[in-house]
Amino acid sequence: MRTFVSALALAVGFATTTLSTPAFADPAPDVGNWQSVLDQARGQTVYWHAWGGEPRINDYIAWAGEQVRERYGVEVVQVKLTDTADAVTRVLSEKTAGVDDGGAVDMIWINGENFAAMKRNDLLFGPWAEQTPNFAYVDVEGKPTVINDFTVPTDGLEAPWGMAQVSFYYDTAKLDTVPKSAQQLLEWLVKHPGRFTYPQPPNYMGSTFLKQILTELVKDPKVLQQPADETDAEATLAPLWGYLEDLQPLLWRDGQAYPQNGASMRTLLADNEVDIAFSFSSGEVSSAIEAFELPDTVRSYVFENGTLGNTNFVAIPYNASAKAGAVVLADFLMSPEAQLRKQDPKYWGADTVLAMDKLPKDMQEAFANLDLGIASLAPSERGTVLPEPHPSWMSLVETEWQKRYGVVQ
Amino acid sequence: MLRFIPILTIVLMIGPVSAGLIGTILPAFGILPALGGTTPSLDPWQALVAQPGLGASIRLSLANGLIATFVSVAIVMLFCAAWQGTRTFHALQRILSPILSVPHATAAFGLAFLIAPSGWFVRVVAQFTGWDRPPDVAIIHDPWGIALIAGLVAKEIPFLFLMTLSALPQADTDRTAQVTASLGYGRIAGWFKATLPRIYPQIRLPVLAVLAYSTSVVDVAIILAPTTPAPLAVRILGWLSDPDLALRFMASSAAVLQLLIVIAAMAIWIAGERLVAIIGAQWAVDGNRCKRDGAARGGAAVMALVAAGTVVLGLVVLLVWSVAGFWAFPDLLPRGFSLRLWARELDAIGNSLTTTLLIGIPAVVIAVTMVLACLENEVRTGKVAGRRAMFLIYLPLLVPQISFMFGLQVFFSLLGLERTLVSVVLGHLVFVAPYVFLSLSEPFRTLDPRYGQTALCLGASPARVFWQVRLPLLTRAVLTAAAVGLAVTVGQYLPTLLIGAGRFATVTTEAVALASGGDRRMIGIYGLFQMVLPFAGFALALLIPAVLFRHRRGMGAQNKG
Repeated sequence: MRTFVSALALAVGFATTTLSTPAFADPAPDVGNWQSVLDQARGQTVYWHAWGGEPRINDYIAWAGEQVRERYGVEVVQVKLTDTADAVTRVLSEKTAGVDDGGAVDMIWINGENFAAMKRNDLLFGPWAEQTPNFAYVDVEGKPTVINDFTVPTDGLEAPWGMAQVSFYYDTAKLDTVPKSAQQLLEWLVKHPGRFTYPQPPNYMGSTFLKQILTELVKDPKVLQQPADETDAEATLAPLWGYLEDLQPLLWRDGQAYPQNGASMRTLLADNEVDIAFSFSSGEVSSAIEAFELPDTVRSYVFENGTLGNTNFVAIPYNASAKAGAVVLADFLMSPEAQLRKQDPKYWGADTVLAMDKLPKDMQEAFANLDLGIASLAPSERGTVLPEPHPSWMSLVETEWQKRYGVVQ
Repeated sequence: MLRFIPILTIVLMIGPVSAGLIGTILPAFGILPALGGTTPSLDPWQALVAQPGLGASIRLSLANGLIATFVSVAIVMLFCAAWQGTRTFHALQRILSPILSVPHATAAFGLAFLIAPSGWFVRVVAQFTGWDRPPDVAIIHDPWGIALIAGLVAKEIPFLFLMTLSALPQADTDRTAQVTASLGYGRIAGWFKATLPRIYPQIRLPVLAVLAYSTSVVDVAIILAPTTPAPLAVRILGWLSDPDLALRFMASSAAVLQLLIVIAAMAIWIAGERLVAIIGAQWAVDGNRCKRDGAARGGAAVMALVAAGTVVLGLVVLLVWSVAGFWAFPDLLPRGFSLRLWARELDAIGNSLTTTLLIGIPAVVIAVTMVLACLENEVRTGKVAGRRAMFLIYLPLLVPQISFMFGLQVFFSLLGLERTLVSVVLGHLVFVAPYVFLSLSEPFRTLDPRYGQTALCLGASPARVFWQVRLPLLTRAVLTAAAVGLAVTVGQYLPTLLIGAGRFATVTTEAVALASGGDRRMIGIYGLFQMVLPFAGFALALLIPAVLFRHRRGMGAQNKG
């Protein structure tokens, strides 16, 4: 009997000695004084919550972590998420429990709706992003989305990390001509029923497809830049629903089932279940070919009148335990060196947020000399970048879609 | 001291569940101060009712849970009735442990790779029909949820079979079978009429646990269930991870609804039990011998083998995917093979395996210790009255995880225990202990009490009787229970992620994160990685007694029961 007690005590003792570092209050870094930020950051561990579904991206994050450890003495641990909203939920539940200091999340890879929700609920630390040294290289003039996340001003609460633009892809060994607009897509599907689909909203990629169609069909695209409730939303959305009325029955599985996300759409193309798929990065398609996920005859293209583009960011929660460390990491991620490696499809293949003309000569050349990969689109091939609608449109479209098409049984 | 262990155990089980439930019920009625919810209201429920397709989601959860449980139980009972005591029976018994160590999600992916329109089965057909495109039919994500039911059945059969095996010895089945046979009953009829009524009460709890699990399953459902709409539990997870934080209120009320659905499913099941009991009682004495049961026996064997075979074949296809180069439809095998991904993941896997064990070993050791203490207490006090109270230990298996996990996370934050190893181990313990209790209680309670009595008469202290008589006799049962417990902790995703704040990267959290990238090679690799520890556990549970008792033939027999 005494043995039980001692066994239990031993087990508990074992557990408590391996406790992780206790929570502590982390004073807000003075971002204006960069040296003080670096001093404060040294020795901190940054728990970076980022989607963990892609080994290449995880490797890139690990590389960035090594760099800031060597240069600034900041440890980085990636918490691999299946969904960014998990990190938002965590910050929220900490706020619920009154954990206003020493929170679990130090940095989140974020954009769009998640950012808007966190900003609205005062869950973010800042402003900090625009005072960091490497922000000077960011292409604020040429890429307005680096400070306007889905039309919501970032106000320095998040730092731009990468650019994304919708591009479609198909197997050139199977298709000769491809539809290059919403209308052409519909006509093409009439001839090839069942050979296209999109992820089920509210999945991010699925909602993006609906917004792409909406942006193309709407009479005055400027309306979409305002919050939906300040406009005649019903009239604005009418063309989208009219279009889907015709499109839905022609989809893969007659629109009764959908791929779960962008990655499962890629799988469908590889299995010859569909002919055309789309992604937020043509570099991702090149990577997928490298990883044997797609045949090497797959190529990317964009719609004639342009496709949606946006920026993704890193943000720091209001109760983060290592704010200075996170700021230092975010600054490093915007550095020419880190952005160069990020754009290289050998490592990742995601577009830079930096302005070439702001960079030193040698860096400009290094960017120009990158081999972007066989299925990636060069900047000249990307056509017009269409702005993302205000996040309220996304919520509205998702809710209405669910009513109309989310229940088929 | 010993007598306090049962109370401690129950507190450790019920505490987290109740704390978590409170954390879910309050927001369900509008209380969540962080989001400005301070006054009670029914708005979350109104929002929930207004969700399109809610009825269909409820129907799916309820029907899938009941049908999957019924089919699993029916196949296991029919197979036991038809084959118990034969060589076929022992053969199946042997392939069971490995199958039990396959995580649910791995089995589901394997099944999907087999039966999807682009899966192996259709590829075989395509060789003859010349298809170059997979047929556009919904075999998985089918509107009826048949794929989901199939996936659950394939995985629950081994579990229920193992539970039945541990119950069989006490029902004195061999002699019962001799009697029914000599009275001229067919094998199946004899077993159903004379043995089943004694077996069923003992496996009732595992059956209810399977029912609760199948009604509220998330991971398998994401892979196999329909999505327009999805079963309720899947939709709850979606609402909880919606950027619109206001949806948390509705998600909480949905989590409460999920609990009500599980309760409803159990009520329906128990009503069904009554009905079967009434009809069965008449059938048992109607004198019908049902001698010609050859076809039924064959059918039972085929069904059990198809279930086991599907899981095994699913693992094979996972293995092939994990080394595949580009693999086009309708090729039966990939065009090329590559060990590149294995090589890179093997480098990284060490850490996650260590973390998994760091959580798993304390959880299993505490669980086994607690359960043994509870059972030993029963023996010493001679009270079986504790049994009714011990029902409470199963609470975590009967309450859907999604209904209390998020509340539990808040609770641990309040205690300041969030993201510590202690809280993660405690969170795992909640699920490990019931399974350890399930698999250990029957062997312990049915151990012949005369061994202990003899030792006591020879002057041994109660403690010595436990350490030197009962525990050695129960070595195999204890190790099997520990292996089951290890399999349970390895498979935990939500508790590890939520309570550990993502600081504890186990094989399963890594696997789930990488699976979201959709690369079937990674899914294959991590599906197999997830099996490594449980498989090793079950292997050790077989191996250690074999080595330990290699000179004691009687021990083998005793432990086989």
